[in-house]
Amino acid sequence: MAANGASTDVIIIGAGPVGLFAVFQLGLARLKAHVVDILDKPGGQCAELYPEKPIYDIPGLPVCTGQELTDRLLEQIRPFEPVFHFGEMAAALTKTEHGQWQLSTDTGLTIIAPVLVIAAGGGSFVPKRPPIPGIEAFEGNSVFYTVRRIEEFRGRQIVIAGGGDSALDWTVNLAPIAGSLTLLHRRPEFRAAPATVSKMRELEAEGLVRFELGQPVGLKGADGELEAVAIKRMDGSTGEIAADTLLPFFGLTMKLGPIANFGLNLNENLIPVDTEKFEIGTKGIFAIGDINTYPGKLKLILSGFHEAALMAQAAHRYVHPDKPLRFQYTTSSSELQRLLKVA
Amino acid sequence: MFVVVRMPDGSSHRLEALEGWRVMEVIRDWGLPIKAECGGACACATCHVWVDAKWLPKLNPSTHEELEMLDGAFHVDERSRLCCQIIMSPELDGLELELAPESLADAPPARLAVGG
Repeated sequence: MAANGASTDVIIIGAGPVGLFAVFQLGLARLKAHVVDILDKPGGQCAELYPEKPIYDIPGLPVCTGQELTDRLLEQIRPFEPVFHFGEMAAALTKTEHGQWQLSTDTGLTIIAPVLVIAAGGGSFVPKRPPIPGIEAFEGNSVFYTVRRIEEFRGRQIVIAGGGDSALDWTVNLAPIAGSLTLLHRRPEFRAAPATVSKMRELEAEGLVRFELGQPVGLKGADGELEAVAIKRMDGSTGEIAADTLLPFFGLTMKLGPIANFGLNLNENLIPVDTEKFEIGTKGIFAIGDINTYPGKLKLILSGFHEAALMAQAAHRYVHPDKPLRFQYTTSSSELQRLLKVA
Repeated sequence: MFVVVRMPDGSSHRLEALEGWRVMEVIRDWGLPIKAECGGACACATCHVWVDAKWLPKLNPSTHEELEMLDGAFHVDERSRLCCQIIMSPELDGLELELAPESLADAPPARLAVGG
């Protein structure tokens, strides 16, 4: 993909609740933000792990789900017109000759700003890798965690492992073009849209899909070329499915990812910060929310909100070193109310 | 009251536990590296353990939701549980289990004090 660039006041890594609320606090300080997230949607863990789970400890909201909290935050920050870059993994950080931070993503996007805010929570959500010995050697050639182009799978002998929406969706979509397709799942029930499950059962009846009860435990092949998937059934018996392609869909897990290579001073995958500005010890870089650590830190959304507010005060000094920031309340400030587009 | 946790590296840990605590919380708060990404909401599958067979009859049964979430774990068998769904009680004093490799965190969480 061709490189493309943007320039702004603040780059935020992570569109979880804390990254979203950072947009609000920065916005009140008249700072514009670009937000980068590896997921294809806002909300971070709230959207990926708990969209339908209740949260009871958001001040003033006796109960809301992860998705409702995300939706309300998006509504709250809308006046500040944040620019979102979804499906982008923060890949590299460099300093420009003018002393600004340049963040590059895995797709070639670059964003330059005087301030970087890391609100990356537990890291990037990436597909779970089955703990099968030697699986790395097959990745990219025979083992894939995402399907980018359906055509690349035409005629292949495919095993899809898993029982969620991704496994079922790709079973239904790839069966018509696959050489053969086996869906491998540990139980006959699926955690997927009923309509998709019905469609899979139809394809099974037509002979386009074979359903196997079991789990992948080994890979056979050489030089990255898969020949068979070794399976274990729930009764303990074992077997093999001839295949040149394995698509494991066991959901996502959090990995710190390339941030670990940004040259930041990490402590057990957390970023130590001061508790006045939530800065990391490198000028212009802040860490807020679950990714940071300091004495007494609690991984609560409300702690992240507080950290965002103090961070924004300090960020303003980097973006506008000559302009004092007047502390005001949204209740009484007509200036803030104009920013919020309510006055 | 205590639980015995075997880690993927083969080490064994006897951890003091408090009644009413989730086993996941006991493991996490003693500083052992358990992922437990969702924090105990039965919304991921990164606190997967294999409970020693003799203890299985004493456990509260898995909910439908827990069985569904176990689809995101590996090498699942009849001893598999998400340990955020096991609540410590006197009947479970001495509970023995093994942490599944995929539930091992890259780095241990900050150690907090466990009472008792």
